[in-house]
Amino acid sequence: MKNNILVIGGGPAGLEASANLKRLGYNVILIEKDKQLGGHLAKWDRLFPDGVSARQTLNALLEEVSGVNCFTETQLQSINVLDKSYNAILSNGITVLADAVLLASGFDLFKAEKKEEYGYGIYEGVITNADLEEAFREKKLPSKQPQAIGFVHCVGSRDEKAGNPACSKVCCATAVKQACEVKEVYPDADVYCFYMDLRMFGRHYEDLYLKAQKEFGIRFIRGRVSEVAETADGRLQVKAEDTLSSKPLRVSLDMLVLMAGMRPSESGKTVGRQLNLTTEEDGFFSSADNLLEIQRSKLPGFFYAGACTGAKTLPDTLHEARSAAIEIDRYIKEKFSEK
Amino acid sequence: MIYEGKKKIWADYQKEIPEDHYFYVRSCIRQSFFPASEATFLDITRNKLGKDIFETKHHTTCGGIAYHSDAIPQETSMTIIARQFALMKKYGYENYVCSCITSFGLYCETLETWREYPELQQKIADNLWKSCRLEFAKPKFLVHASDLIFKYRMQIAAKSKFKLVNQKTGEPLRVVEHIGCHYSKMFPSKGVGGAEYPYVLVGMIEAWGGQIIDYPERRHCCGFGFRQYLIKGNRGYSVSNTHKKFESMEPYKPDMIITNCPGCPYFLDRWQYVIAETQGKTYGENGHGIPVFTYEEVAGLVMGYDPWDLGLQTHQVSVEPLLDKMGIPYDPAKKYLGRNGKDLGQPGKPHCLK
Amino acid sequence: MIDFGFSVSPSSRINLDSVDRESFAALAKLEPDVLKCMACGSCSASCTASQFEPTSVRRAILSLQNGQVEQALDLLKGCMMCGKCTMVCPRGINTRHLIISIQKIYGK
Repeated sequence: MKNNILVIGGGPAGLEASANLKRLGYNVILIEKDKQLGGHLAKWDRLFPDGVSARQTLNALLEEVSGVNCFTETQLQSINVLDKSYNAILSNGITVLADAVLLASGFDLFKAEKKEEYGYGIYEGVITNADLEEAFREKKLPSKQPQAIGFVHCVGSRDEKAGNPACSKVCCATAVKQACEVKEVYPDADVYCFYMDLRMFGRHYEDLYLKAQKEFGIRFIRGRVSEVAETADGRLQVKAEDTLSSKPLRVSLDMLVLMAGMRPSESGKTVGRQLNLTTEEDGFFSSADNLLEIQRSKLPGFFYAGACTGAKTLPDTLHEARSAAIEIDRYIKEKFSEK
Repeated sequence: MIYEGKKKIWADYQKEIPEDHYFYVRSCIRQSFFPASEATFLDITRNKLGKDIFETKHHTTCGGIAYHSDAIPQETSMTIIARQFALMKKYGYENYVCSCITSFGLYCETLETWREYPELQQKIADNLWKSCRLEFAKPKFLVHASDLIFKYRMQIAAKSKFKLVNQKTGEPLRVVEHIGCHYSKMFPSKGVGGAEYPYVLVGMIEAWGGQIIDYPERRHCCGFGFRQYLIKGNRGYSVSNTHKKFESMEPYKPDMIITNCPGCPYFLDRWQYVIAETQGKTYGENGHGIPVFTYEEVAGLVMGYDPWDLGLQTHQVSVEPLLDKMGIPYDPAKKYLGRNGKDLGQPGKPHCLK
Repeated sequence: MIDFGFSVSPSSRINLDSVDRESFAALAKLEPDVLKCMACGSCSASCTASQFEPTSVRRAILSLQNGQVEQALDLLKGCMMCGKCTMVCPRGINTRHLIISIQKIYGK
């Protein structure tokens, strides 16, 4: 008899783990709260560093999960720890007896309106990284040529007052990618990136930075935007310090893109409360060990993959999904093998 | 501008303001800068709206100016404040309303410090007992006088004789609101509407028929800054800040400015004269300045008080253009007559500012 | 006009709205590598002149981007064209040539 594995969350981590668990011969039940699978990836247009299509990447992940029992618009209603397994009741009425559970509940984007000084939801022209991706995807960019566009890195990241001292890891590369993309659409616009440190750590990320500077003439200003206001002609007045020259700076922009960071997802927190899963100070779930057992929780048979244990890039997430599948396989073999 | 977005933020910063029964403390400097504002506050709240606002001659300064100018240490100002609170208790009140923003900020800071350091609170309570033989107390509700006028804004509107509307054109007056820094920048949750988009004055302007101007340097300090003004050598900083604000609001052609702080209306008013005399620049129509008011003065105008009884002749920037717009009658001959018809004398005329 | 003993002081704030974009575009056309500076400071750290005079290619580039032309030219006045900054620049900017180009575009 095949062991049942319950995977919670149908984003890249859940999809990739499900596909690998299915390959290893398990009976996988994948639940996703939204109507469609794919998580944030389904909402994105292109991906850094090479600008590949998010849709094509997602389609490739979706192909792999054919044959997995996927329940969309389904959440975990309740879950009990049994002697060797988990008894989960789903919101669609189905009960699953799972020998292992993988939590891949990912992240929620930081609510940019919480940084009141940036005026998201108040000043037209202030949008988020996700809004810009949607505009690219739906081809709904403003047709009126903007004169100047700014990107604010670290919105709700590296910000204790916003409740998140951690770096969200993907925003620098996303901002530089999006800055190049808007410059492609509006070649005459001045494009500024307001950063504190540029964390271009991944392969080809530094190339992207160099390209943004040299090919697109994007101006990088080291300093965090401190205040946004509206001018008499309906543009945005942005204040920051150019910390490299130690002088306050102002600039008028037509569009300001806030790089909203990653926060633990609300749906993940709901699962966490039911099982008393522990979290670290950053609000993300704590692994059994941050080096050797990242995929394991402190509960036997309960595993993590992806951004539910902290901000991750897409490749990080996919690696974790694969290693979670191996960890789960190892656990099942140890726990359920005939002795 | 998306008004709904501001409303969402305002909804997040609701402050509980009791309807009635307050212990009132005055500001040191407002009584000389804007001599009728506090009297008008008391007259409106007590006599027009029938509220119980208690005042005692035994209260003193909060020590704020000395504290912010580094003339006295924090413990001294805290003991002064403890005495004010003790007087409130002694007279049977638990709601405390102060006229001054510096005081309000310092009261908030003090209560927060005591909450965080109970041993310091105990020390101040001991100081209070040793020096004054008064029993330590803390207010149940601390509000600024502008919070109360905000609370009563619809009652005031119901009794209004004039609106913030240009009588000739029927258009709402274009009003700049300026909030004292210490109202909510230090403790955003203590201010109506928070710190980035405070609602306290906006609510009054909306209720009395005006139109708000949100200009780029709205959040910028007036430039008072205590030491920036108090030391003559630093006054350039002070006037430069005011200048920056006026340059930013100029394109919106404001009809008036309404403020809730002692220092701000004073500096926004007087520095217009200095800017005119040093730069040759004026910001109102036809060589006039933009008149600046306290919220009590505006409430008084709306309710039909005589402009000279509101002390508007003590302003540097002439208020007549605004009175004409609102259709408020006034007797120019009585402008410089005191309470009992006594001639106060005529001030000298500025060169550049009408 | 009255002398009060104090007055409105000029703002030292950088205003990117009033930057001379045409001159900088002309410089970038002549010297595309000017866009590659990542503000590491290697040039000023090893500069012979900067030990004695405020001299910095990094700050000069930044000043031009911020519209402070006078300041940029001042920061290059001490340059003795030794070429050390070109040797150390990790982005391979020909700083020596860049300094000459800046003089061509912005110099008087």
